[in-house]
Amino acid sequence: MTTLDEIAGHFGQYGGRFVPEALIGALEELDAARIKAQTDPTFIAELAELHRTYTGRPSILTEAKRFAEHAGGAQILLKREDLNHTGSHKINNVLGQALLTKRMGKKRIIAETGAGQHGVASATAAALMGLECVVYMGEEDTKRQALNVARMKLLGAEVIPVTSGSRTLKDAINEAMRDWVTNVETTHYMLGTVAGPHPFPSMVRDFHKIIGEESREQVLALTGKLPTAVLACVGGGSNAIGIFHRFISDPEVRLIGLEAAGDGVETGRHAATITGGTPGVLHGNRTYVLQDENGQTIESHSISAGLDYPGVGPEHAYLHDIGRAEYRAITDAQAMHAFALLCKTEGIIPAIETAHALAGALQIGNELGPDAILLINLSGRGDKDVHTAAQYFGIPL
Amino acid sequence: MSTPLDDLFVKVRSENRAALIAYIPAGFPTIEGCKKVIQAFVEGGVDAIEIGFPYSDPVMDGPTIQAAADQSLSQGTNAADVFAALKVATDSGVPAVVMTYWNPIEKYGVEKFAQSIAANGGSGVITPDLTIEESTGWKSAVEKNEINPIYVVAPSTSAQRLPQVTSRCGGFVYAASLMGVTGTRAAVSSGAPDLVARIRETTELPVAVGLGVSTREQAKGVAGYADGVIVGSAFIKAMQDAPNEAEGLKSVKELAQQLSLGVREGR
Repeated sequence: MTTLDEIAGHFGQYGGRFVPEALIGALEELDAARIKAQTDPTFIAELAELHRTYTGRPSILTEAKRFAEHAGGAQILLKREDLNHTGSHKINNVLGQALLTKRMGKKRIIAETGAGQHGVASATAAALMGLECVVYMGEEDTKRQALNVARMKLLGAEVIPVTSGSRTLKDAINEAMRDWVTNVETTHYMLGTVAGPHPFPSMVRDFHKIIGEESREQVLALTGKLPTAVLACVGGGSNAIGIFHRFISDPEVRLIGLEAAGDGVETGRHAATITGGTPGVLHGNRTYVLQDENGQTIESHSISAGLDYPGVGPEHAYLHDIGRAEYRAITDAQAMHAFALLCKTEGIIPAIETAHALAGALQIGNELGPDAILLINLSGRGDKDVHTAAQYFGIPL
Repeated sequence: MSTPLDDLFVKVRSENRAALIAYIPAGFPTIEGCKKVIQAFVEGGVDAIEIGFPYSDPVMDGPTIQAAADQSLSQGTNAADVFAALKVATDSGVPAVVMTYWNPIEKYGVEKFAQSIAANGGSGVITPDLTIEESTGWKSAVEKNEINPIYVVAPSTSAQRLPQVTSRCGGFVYAASLMGVTGTRAAVSSGAPDLVARIRETTELPVAVGLGVSTREQAKGVAGYADGVIVGSAFIKAMQDAPNEAEGLKSVKELAQQLSLGVREGR
């Protein structure tokens, strides 16, 4: 279902293709492959079977009653993408892209990763399908997420620490693009979020929209109603677009994206691109960007490596501008409060990325009160963040 | 109306040789040092100069130009510095263009950017990540200001797409000699002559080859089939490898002299 202006890969003024000419052929090849696959019963059945027997779909819906006591008594429903194989929503996209890679006859995939979730998912899909896998990861992030680096290596991937620029996710994407320009004939770039040049924002969304499709049915079955609001954290925005998309045509459902405010948007040390950025071009698409007056990208800051990105998917930029979705910023401190609260009230350790959505639920629940039904995308589990959280809360290791 | 760059290619064609086009990012090694590099280019006999607008996320550039851009940006290089460097080049009588990723143009203002290029005597702008599909606003800005829009084509550009891109170009067509990022290489890609031949089937415009050229021999080889030879990373390396700025400038001038012989030996 295409409810948005998606002509030639644009969402209003956003999206498009701003890439070296060398990549155009590969982007067109990919676009043709994904369009063909969308209506190919063999592809659809293959992916559905993988999701059933490998990912563990459909993911369940958990009602968080004790957590809800802190959220104004609103009904809190968690879409448990953390229970997917590899521990986050990222697997939805990589399995789809890995199948496309095989169809295009390519044998090697490259990926970028911030928190390591997409890198782990990519390495997993590559292992499953017998593809060579190289993951680019900012050197700073390899230190913050050493456990995920080890996981990727165990899965047979090569992890290349990126030492250019700010040594985080944005530089990992730059380095992956350079690899792709050089090796495009044999290599597929398994981009991990709904950003990048067309067709990535549309394709990655389409692989994640199953989250919203399943949860819409699940919420209706449980409550007999549509949710009052759907909440998700937004870095690049893949889990958010995945859960939002099916609800875009339900105007009564509020769509709320929670960005990372880091130390606070007013401090300049944040990753809240829509809240604190301006329209520009980064990594192949026009979108909101954290940039200075010369158009140079400003480094983002967040306790969450997965949200630490100075751009955002172009469809989010569009949903914001037309007023269909709202975006709020959650500080590190607010996110970590919600993180601890979910651990202690529900026995679920969320990813720190996801904790931003949970902090949003605390705010929105208190604003709307007990009649509200809030659907939250619990996009990832927090095992990878235990070290960071222990340090944050002063738990000796 | 023709730009100084258009006139240059008429001249080098009449001399039956290729043009040497030298690249330096504004603000490298310093804002003042860049102006001295431009002077060394002129003294070394380059035919045209490309001033780079350093950018935080240069996905088409290899480690050498990335490091130069970082060094330049750490000194706060901005659009005004780029135009000042451009003016140093054009004031010395050498045709000059700016090479930049798209976002700095968009942030500066598309129309205003083209105006500033023209106001500083610039002949055009090379835009390595602006696809023709996104170039509508830019097309009218360059036409209005009578400067050359220079697009890059790659070995992977399809036969169907090639004329669409070259018909948008002015000044010359930038042929990326290989699939990859900027940087010096032991040999110029064997695919380059093929690409140039394919481009010539679509346009009368001059064709300049970039990516991987660093020596007189390589320049001579490329000059055998192209109208222009673009050298960037080799000049930056000459500055980076020198013990001090004066020595670096000397190497830049010597390299320019060698390459300038090379572009005259190809045919």
